[in-house]
Amino acid sequence: MGAAAPTVAAMSRLPKFVRLPLVLGPTALFAGCNTILLHPAGAVASEQGHLIVVATLLMLLVIIPVIALTVLFAWRYRKSNTRATYTPDWDHSTQLELVIWAAPLLIIIALGAVTWISTHTLDPYRPLHRGTVGSKISGDVKSLTDVKPITVEVVALDWKWLFIYPDQGIAVVNDLAAPVDVPITFKITASSVMNSFFIPALAGQIYAMPGMQTELHAVINRSGDFDGFSANYSGAGFSDMRFKFHGLSAAGFDSWVQSAKASGQSLDREGYLQLEQPSQRDPVRRYASVAPDLFDSIVERTVTGNNVAPAATRD
Amino acid sequence: MIDSSWVLGRLSWDAIPFQEPILLWTFVAVACGGVGVLGAITYFRLWSVLWRDWVTSIDHKKIGIMYIVLGLVMLLRGFADAVMMRLQQSMAFGGSLGFLPPHHYDQVFTAHGVIMIFFVAMPLVTGLMNYVVPLQIGARDVAFPFLNNFSFWMTTFGAGLVMISLFVGEFARTGWLAYPPLSGIAASPDVGVDYYIWSLQIAGVGTLLSGINLIATIIKMRAPGMSLMKMPVFTWTALCTNVLIVAAFPVLTAVLALLSLDRYVGTSFFTNDLGGNAMMYVNLIWIWGHPEVYILVLPAFGVFSEVVSTFSGKRLFGYASMVYATVVITILSYLVWLHHFFTMGSGASVNSFFGITTMIISIPTGAKMFNWLFTMYRGRIRFELPMLWTLGFMITFVIGGMTGVLLAVPPADFVLHNSLFLVAHFHNVIIGGVLFGMLAGITYWFPKAFGYRLDPFWGKLSFWFWQIGFFFAFMPLYVLGLMGVTRRLSHFEDPSLQIWFQIAAFGAALIALGILSFIVQLVVSYVRREALRDLTGDPWDGRTLEWSTSSPPPAYNFAFTPRVHDNDTWADMKRNNYRRPQEGFIRIHMPKNTGAGFVIAALCAACGFALIWHMWLPAAVFFVAVLAATIIHTFNYDREFYVPADQVAQVERARTR
Amino acid sequence: MSEVIERMSSANAARLHAVPAGAVEALVERPRYYLTEEHHPQNGTLLGFWIYLMSDCLVFACLFAMYGVLGRNYAGGPTGAELFDLPLVAVNTSLLLLSSITYGFAMLEMQRKRLPGTLAWLVITGLFGAGFIGVELHEFAHLIHEGAGPQRSAFLSSFFALVGTHGLHVTFGIVWLATLLVQLGRRGITAANQRRLMCLSMFWHFLDVVWIGVFTFVYLMGVLP
Repeated sequence: MGAAAPTVAAMSRLPKFVRLPLVLGPTALFAGCNTILLHPAGAVASEQGHLIVVATLLMLLVIIPVIALTVLFAWRYRKSNTRATYTPDWDHSTQLELVIWAAPLLIIIALGAVTWISTHTLDPYRPLHRGTVGSKISGDVKSLTDVKPITVEVVALDWKWLFIYPDQGIAVVNDLAAPVDVPITFKITASSVMNSFFIPALAGQIYAMPGMQTELHAVINRSGDFDGFSANYSGAGFSDMRFKFHGLSAAGFDSWVQSAKASGQSLDREGYLQLEQPSQRDPVRRYASVAPDLFDSIVERTVTGNNVAPAATRD
Repeated sequence: MIDSSWVLGRLSWDAIPFQEPILLWTFVAVACGGVGVLGAITYFRLWSVLWRDWVTSIDHKKIGIMYIVLGLVMLLRGFADAVMMRLQQSMAFGGSLGFLPPHHYDQVFTAHGVIMIFFVAMPLVTGLMNYVVPLQIGARDVAFPFLNNFSFWMTTFGAGLVMISLFVGEFARTGWLAYPPLSGIAASPDVGVDYYIWSLQIAGVGTLLSGINLIATIIKMRAPGMSLMKMPVFTWTALCTNVLIVAAFPVLTAVLALLSLDRYVGTSFFTNDLGGNAMMYVNLIWIWGHPEVYILVLPAFGVFSEVVSTFSGKRLFGYASMVYATVVITILSYLVWLHHFFTMGSGASVNSFFGITTMIISIPTGAKMFNWLFTMYRGRIRFELPMLWTLGFMITFVIGGMTGVLLAVPPADFVLHNSLFLVAHFHNVIIGGVLFGMLAGITYWFPKAFGYRLDPFWGKLSFWFWQIGFFFAFMPLYVLGLMGVTRRLSHFEDPSLQIWFQIAAFGAALIALGILSFIVQLVVSYVRREALRDLTGDPWDGRTLEWSTSSPPPAYNFAFTPRVHDNDTWADMKRNNYRRPQEGFIRIHMPKNTGAGFVIAALCAACGFALIWHMWLPAAVFFVAVLAATIIHTFNYDREFYVPADQVAQVERARTR
Repeated sequence: MSEVIERMSSANAARLHAVPAGAVEALVERPRYYLTEEHHPQNGTLLGFWIYLMSDCLVFACLFAMYGVLGRNYAGGPTGAELFDLPLVAVNTSLLLLSSITYGFAMLEMQRKRLPGTLAWLVITGLFGAGFIGVELHEFAHLIHEGAGPQRSAFLSSFFALVGTHGLHVTFGIVWLATLLVQLGRRGITAANQRRLMCLSMFWHFLDVVWIGVFTFVYLMGVLP
């Protein structure tokens, strides 16, 4: 880092307590940290993590030579080195220019092709391809006809998350689960401001916006408990807008659904309007039944019956 | 019936944060400092000098210096915000909520972003361009000197409004781009977003006019013989930057006006209901926002071109290529804006198009990097301060560029968007590129502006603290981003993250020492100025026209308009044994100073303050006053004077002595 | 670098041969790196104003874009077909277009340095402009009275913003025009006043062009289903 010619000389003049961390620092940086993006638990996130590595390697093809040449030229052509050639008027070389423009161009063409393909295959709106279900992580590719996807309707509220499972007929606040190796279709909206639905271990994020519906397709390939949160600042309670996402076995998922059914509570429209009121650090809440078409009404902003959102004051 | 609410609006004693100890003590410190400064000015009887020679000055050199002073002062405020954020984030784990409640923390990060972009980076860039470009093209001033003064005061009063929000009311809590619906009247009914809107609208007018000014200057006022392809590279980057300003800032003006209509009149541009569409705001604001970052970085690239060439003792490698690369970057910067919101749900084809255009921009940028390298190749490199900053830039910026191309791959962005990885990326390119470039430029042209060089020891100390501090402050953020940590959080649950934040805080401490060293450098250089004096006007063996003038140049810049024959004009003149003429001086036509710019800008700021607090009657009065003052100014036809020939002769002879 | 000097010397030599005797000394004595006579750079006012006008055009472009996106979002409220009074808009448009023609006449008078003629046509232009604004204000008042104000729907918000911004610009143009009338009256057709008139001319015609966009895109297309 910053290793220009005088650096080496200057560094030996720096006191030890500065020099040591300078050297150990970078090494320590990458040891023992849980970089979930590079070791996720879902196939989609896994492919996205690979892209990060591929793009980095392609770019390093240019970056490393540039940094090396900077250090090399600064050292070799320093004024005190009178043995080096000095050509003050040499300012043009067509061949060199061709290389300078062509080399990055080729790398970008390669990266561009990777980008086009991967952006289409990893489009959040795209239902999962057979190969991604259960493939990269558990090594076990299931046929898509065997696996019925599960749908989760997601509403970003002030400052909590509501998850509605239309097929199971339950709803949960601030807790999410899905069976392993089953494709999940998320339909996402928000109640008041823009948020972003993000579970790093599972897949990429997508914005949750009032009056609009976005979609995300993902699959969890490993059981465990993972963090989920909003990745777009949305106000005072933003930092506490977190939930746990559980990857569960088929049986585990069934009992998770049962625990919601056991709550006895019902999420009707009145209950939803209560939920819409701003609150922070909400505990997990489970609902055994959900008003019909609630999610669609939330997206259309017609929960009150008129097309005007209730005037929730925020602090 | 006019009642007090028409006059006072929602302003009341509640607006003053008596119950917030941090703000209260900050106010006490600022008040004491302010009283001290005002007292000193009074004691040394400098008020009339200040008014006559600085506030009312239309001299591009004075205005350039004032812009840079504004930028450096606001750097202290913006950095204080950064320190508070780093402290908060290094402490707030598990049970501890830190010392900044979210209500406060959210204003701090919003103010940090707004101040750093609009009131540090923009003024530094504008100041440098203002000072240097007329000198480099052999002109006496910019095309519209009065407008230049007015632009400066608009920017300064915009900054003033942001500073006032610290003590009267509060600032926005929305992030630096204030996305609706969060910034709409329903979610943010208080004054914060209004402070944001009006300070940026006022400063934005200043910037736009400055853009028009510099384009007209470069097109119309180049010395005879200086064709476009003979201009110094810094002037080329200034031209492209100002084209970007003129083509981008109107969008900011329009979109903030629409947001203010939503807030003040109840329209539905960006609301959730009645047909509004918040995604339009995101699109429009980034159509401005992406060119904005190129507005910041292109002048830095220009500085590096000048510095590398001068301190390698060589012509810049690939001049034509550099020019084309700059123009290509300028055009391409309009084709990438969507990469700021890949995650908003556009289709895959749209996302990949913008991802690919973003990557394409890295090609001309890379070409520039290589051209700088090959300027160094077979040169004779002198490691003066500007060159150190440049070498630091070359190594630091490319890392940021790399992570930028990484983020340009939409599926990668899906997991990295809004994470600390993103924060690390943009600080990497802005600090490594813009800030290092501005410090290189300030160090490079300081002797020209003030007649003495900056103290090298404190300067090198500042450089190393900044360079090393930057790595400690921001490399951990890359790691945190890969660990899935998002931005703008005021507290955390996972204790394994804390060490990274602590390292980042240590980095911030090093940067603080870097800033402190820079301030010490300014003081020490002033004290030692005789030892550091530049008597020749050309302390670095420069290559471009500004180095042909004295340090500092006379008010009229050049006694005779230069005639240009080649690139690196001054190098060409030196090579041909150019001798400064000692006689035959003629009178010189110069513009007069005026206080109108200051007055009109002050009235705009007063109107803005009144609008923020819903003080409708004062707002209307001030608005009419702005119009009246402008019209009155247009009745002043007596804007120029002649510097008599013997006065010119006197100044020139003093230089020879 | 030396090749450049050689090329220059040979060019000079060629010129020396082609030039009559007396002028040779003048050529040889003229300094290479500076001008001895007073140098006035070209005036940048018209270029600068044109660049400003293009930036203003960009503001209008944003407002057109907003209208393009939100222009059919009626939110259950009135549509363009229900609201727009096309005959009235035709009157409005004629007033504005005529005002552009009369400004043109004023410029012709200015070029002939005829002050009374210039002032007269400027006054007529201002009156047409005021007429345009008057009709527009009447239209807005009527819409608001009907409950179709800017708060009713996104369509109406973008309508009022676009048409209103244009109207604001015309209003400022009229104020500017009045100011110029006074300044012309006081100082006559000086070089400075000519530049000001040319700037206002560009401004006025620009607003005319924007209006053509407005009545096509907003009014004519707005009444289509």
